[in-house]
Amino acid sequence: MQIIPVLLGVSLIVFVMVRSIPGDPAQILLGQQATEEQVAALREQLGLNQPLFTQYFLFLRDALTGDLGSSIVTGRPVTTELLDRLPATLELTLAALLFAVAVGVPVGVIAAVKQYSWVDKVTSVIALTGVSMPIFWLALILVVIFTVNLNWLPFPGRLSNGIAIVSITGMVVPDSILTLNFVGLWDGIKHLILPAVALGTIPMAVVTRMTRSSMLEVMGEDYIRTAHAKGVVPWRVVFKHALRNAMLPTVTVIGLQFGLLIGGAVITETIFGWGGIGQIALESINRRDYAMIQGVVLYGAFFFVMINLFVDVLYAVLDPRVRY
Amino acid sequence: MDTSVAARSGWDDFRRAFLSNRLAVIGAVVMSLFILMAIFAPVLAPYDPINDQDLTSNFAGPSAQHWLGQDELGRDILSRIMYGARVSLTAGLAAVAFATTFGTLVGVTAGYAGRWIDAILMRLMDMLLAFPSILLAIVVVTILGQGLTNAMLAVGIVLLPQIARVVRSAVISVRERDYVEAERALGASHTRIVTSAILPNSLAPLIVQSTLALATAILDIAALSFLGLGAQAPTPEWGAMLTDAFRSGFGVFIEGQHAILFPGIAIALCVLSVNFIGDGLRDALDPRRK
Repeated sequence: MQIIPVLLGVSLIVFVMVRSIPGDPAQILLGQQATEEQVAALREQLGLNQPLFTQYFLFLRDALTGDLGSSIVTGRPVTTELLDRLPATLELTLAALLFAVAVGVPVGVIAAVKQYSWVDKVTSVIALTGVSMPIFWLALILVVIFTVNLNWLPFPGRLSNGIAIVSITGMVVPDSILTLNFVGLWDGIKHLILPAVALGTIPMAVVTRMTRSSMLEVMGEDYIRTAHAKGVVPWRVVFKHALRNAMLPTVTVIGLQFGLLIGGAVITETIFGWGGIGQIALESINRRDYAMIQGVVLYGAFFFVMINLFVDVLYAVLDPRVRY
Repeated sequence: MDTSVAARSGWDDFRRAFLSNRLAVIGAVVMSLFILMAIFAPVLAPYDPINDQDLTSNFAGPSAQHWLGQDELGRDILSRIMYGARVSLTAGLAAVAFATTFGTLVGVTAGYAGRWIDAILMRLMDMLLAFPSILLAIVVVTILGQGLTNAMLAVGIVLLPQIARVVRSAVISVRERDYVEAERALGASHTRIVTSAILPNSLAPLIVQSTLALATAILDIAALSFLGLGAQAPTPEWGAMLTDAFRSGFGVFIEGQHAILFPGIAIALCVLSVNFIGDGLRDALDPRRK
């Protein structure tokens, strides 16, 4: 239940953020084009003539009811704007996470099982290089190699011109599967690969290092020796006995990667013209669309805190010894 | 007499452990080259990084005159990378200096005072940690405005809680040691106990954490500059160089591939070598690894 003070703290920081920009907060949130009446109405809603303490509670009420004003660019409510763009961001981050886990875990296991072999050494160097990689550079290099030089994968956007899919979830891949649109599916996957790899590389390197080190620790345990001694086939020892126990710290690390993924999405989406929340976050800063910035930061941090809570719960599910 | 001998042998142990780590030594050598490049940029750089433009040869590839080629305005990329080392390294160091100073202050206060002061300070740090780092940087840039100085400050604030946590746990682990008790029994003031007994014995984890933080700082400042929230054109900053090339149009992907390649290699090499140094320091300073 430590989560409530943290969430309150997050909202407090965002509240202070808008209040510390010089000028009238109502005018700032509405932009320069707003009419006198609109400003007066918002001033009333935010309670700007009341004590700061009351203002904070009014802000909390608005945040909890999803009423954080409207974008000065589109005029639509901030929550609607964000929900519209959420599927794109979700699809990209989940694909990046899938890449990180699907590559990181097996490679980490192999490196641990074959400790000190060349596989292990190559893995260590790649993992260290991976965490030092500027993802904006990696994204550009991937485009140079796979789009421009090899002409294998498309850039930018989520779909090629002329390809349409029926929107159900708002995510290209699930939607095209649900509507049996295989042309759309193939095109969507091809567009997804480069941004997902760019966004997933650092998490992949972190997951690899974590899997390797926790596998090494587990492989030295007595029950692994016991399993070997009673004649369990080696691959079964590795996957059934060792990996399940080694996954605990890895799961925590995967959860922590969401922070990187949320931040990385701002960069990746901007480069690939992805049209998700990350891209709108940057555009909002450049347009001084403060209502949108406030929404992105507040809900982004809420989401991150919730993910961490979920990871803690998952930990208890995976390890029966952990009880809250 | 005895203490000086003990101190020297500790230093020898540390030096031997660090030098036997091949990657750490490579990191230190590469980093020294970057630092030299930054200091002597005006002497080493063959061209002016901002004013020597030549629009007729934009994105010209590497040649005898321009070893790393020319960028979207026909400026010499090698010269810009050399000057860029100044910007990126100072910005990274400044952010880490900020985070280390205030992080140490918070960590020592929390760890030494304990009780409610500790609880309040650490909950504050939890709040900062609750933000994904780029989002927190966006908060700071929203309040203070875009620009390199504010980006440095933003990254400093992002790194602060990590330093504070490391220092706090180091302080807690030495707080009840005999030599601290001895200082206290001698009637030393809190300031004296902290500066002469607690801080020197909490230094190892702080040094390691600050070094690793430098890698993050260089990377994050370059990322903020790439997003247009940090260094602005025409400043020769590595992240800004990439964004300037990228924003010049799709042509950069075809004719200007070298303009993407080289600034990124500079960032990656620099960050990688700092990470190597950090790992080496951790191994050399951790008594359990000897």
